[in-house]
Amino acid sequence: MASDDVWILGIRMTKFGKHPDKDSLDLGAEAAMAALADGGVTMRDMGVLAAGNLLGVSGYGQQLQKQIGQTGIPVYNVANACATGATALRTAIMAIKAGECDMGLAVGVEKLAGAGLLGAGGQAKKDADTWERSGRMGAVAPVDGRIGTDGMPGVFAQVGMEYGHKYGGATFELFARISEKNHAHSTLNPLATYTKRMSLDQIMNDVMIAYPNTRSMCSANCDGAAAAVVVSGEKLKTLGPDQRRRAVKVSASVLTSDPWQDGCQVLPDVNTLTRNAATQAYEAAGVSPSDRDLVELHDCFATAELVHYDNLQLCAPGEAVPFFESGAPWRDGSTPVNVSGGLESKGHPISATGIANIWEVCHHLRGEAGDRQIEGATVGLAHVIGLGSACGVHILERAAA
Amino acid sequence: MSERITLVDYLTLDDADEPHLVANECGTCGARYFGRRNACASCFGTDFAKVTVPSEGVVRSFTIVAQAAPGVPVPFVAAVVDCDGTRVRSNLINVDPDPEHVVLGMKVRLATYLVGTDASGTDAIGFGFEPM
Repeated sequence: MASDDVWILGIRMTKFGKHPDKDSLDLGAEAAMAALADGGVTMRDMGVLAAGNLLGVSGYGQQLQKQIGQTGIPVYNVANACATGATALRTAIMAIKAGECDMGLAVGVEKLAGAGLLGAGGQAKKDADTWERSGRMGAVAPVDGRIGTDGMPGVFAQVGMEYGHKYGGATFELFARISEKNHAHSTLNPLATYTKRMSLDQIMNDVMIAYPNTRSMCSANCDGAAAAVVVSGEKLKTLGPDQRRRAVKVSASVLTSDPWQDGCQVLPDVNTLTRNAATQAYEAAGVSPSDRDLVELHDCFATAELVHYDNLQLCAPGEAVPFFESGAPWRDGSTPVNVSGGLESKGHPISATGIANIWEVCHHLRGEAGDRQIEGATVGLAHVIGLGSACGVHILERAAA
Repeated sequence: MSERITLVDYLTLDDADEPHLVANECGTCGARYFGRRNACASCFGTDFAKVTVPSEGVVRSFTIVAQAAPGVPVPFVAAVVDCDGTRVRSNLINVDPDPEHVVLGMKVRLATYLVGTDASGTDAIGFGFEPM
């Protein structure tokens, strides 16, 4: 293990779902303390804390310290939409790479059960008594629903439909079959919010949210937290044999934003920044796109999963539909995608997601995934995207020994 | 005739017979934007000119929104319309909101409608695209 590598030493996610009896600090503390125990270390060993919690208390990281250990270390409270967890992890990794410390803790947590539609606002938007221009569009009244949609299900529906317009074959049924795969995968994941297999009929006849996304094709709002302890390669050499054996190498940690593209301010372009992040990550890790044994990608909606097959270069450009049709992304296929059940069934407690997907990959690389173990997994990729946009891609590798 | 105001300032009704959309075009690289700009997101230029956006286009993407924020009537069709190279965010109007009537690649044209009338009797005029 090279001295300048960074490794995941300990990592854990809570059960995702409804936790009415736990607040965001309970959930974050549960994940953080479990990650520390998993790594065989304590808060005393941590040199930095990076924390993400979009919808809860301000200064979440410091609030969490007051529950799990106040040691005076720098705290970074980060916010990057659905990429918040990955951003927190990357912040801790950067602190280690910068030589500021040799161990760090990243935590992401959200209380989201029953939150309803995201991106559309919780309160009714009413027209004013007198038309008056405001904002950058000089609008005299709210435009959501009058000039397109602000709701996430509709935005990502258009992302998938646009792919269909360019390449064809992206039918309602195809998107529903992607969801069918993820719900089937979730039956093996005891930490998922929903663990029910759903038939294609059930999915297609579920409540329509934004065509072609029905309810079961949307990410599940839920409560949950995930945390990871990262360590420098230099420090890891001094730790015990079990810690070294179970450590997972962070071969690439990349964060991108969306570069300007034609039309990107009309419909968010979630493709270019994901493709860029994947390209940078494969290069940094020195692995080819075909080397991964499993992929956890950001299926916030079934329509999003399709485009990310292409963006993450799991298939040739424009070939996402035949890639899915081939069975490749099923857990027994050539490139298992979202064996955790994905956001559609595992759930999507926003800030936790970008660490929870890394936990899933690490679980397999360590050979500890039980019934859903992808046998012999040595390289995995975790992807998240937050609209706005921010994309995090991490490539993880099993310890050589 | 009552006073009129457009829903957004990039919809223009007055200087011609036909209503149309007006974009801010970067004088350096030609990138087009709706709404007020500080600088071009593509090339950082700060010179912009108003340009008329073609009023006919094709549906590049769409969704039929069945559940939306409180106060937003559903269902409605949200779409991206490609107007000869300029992409426009819009609703599709004057069409049944179902996948039998709304299809990718369909040809559409700009249309206006009455959004509502305020307390002083001013009509707000919105836009959408309708099938050709």
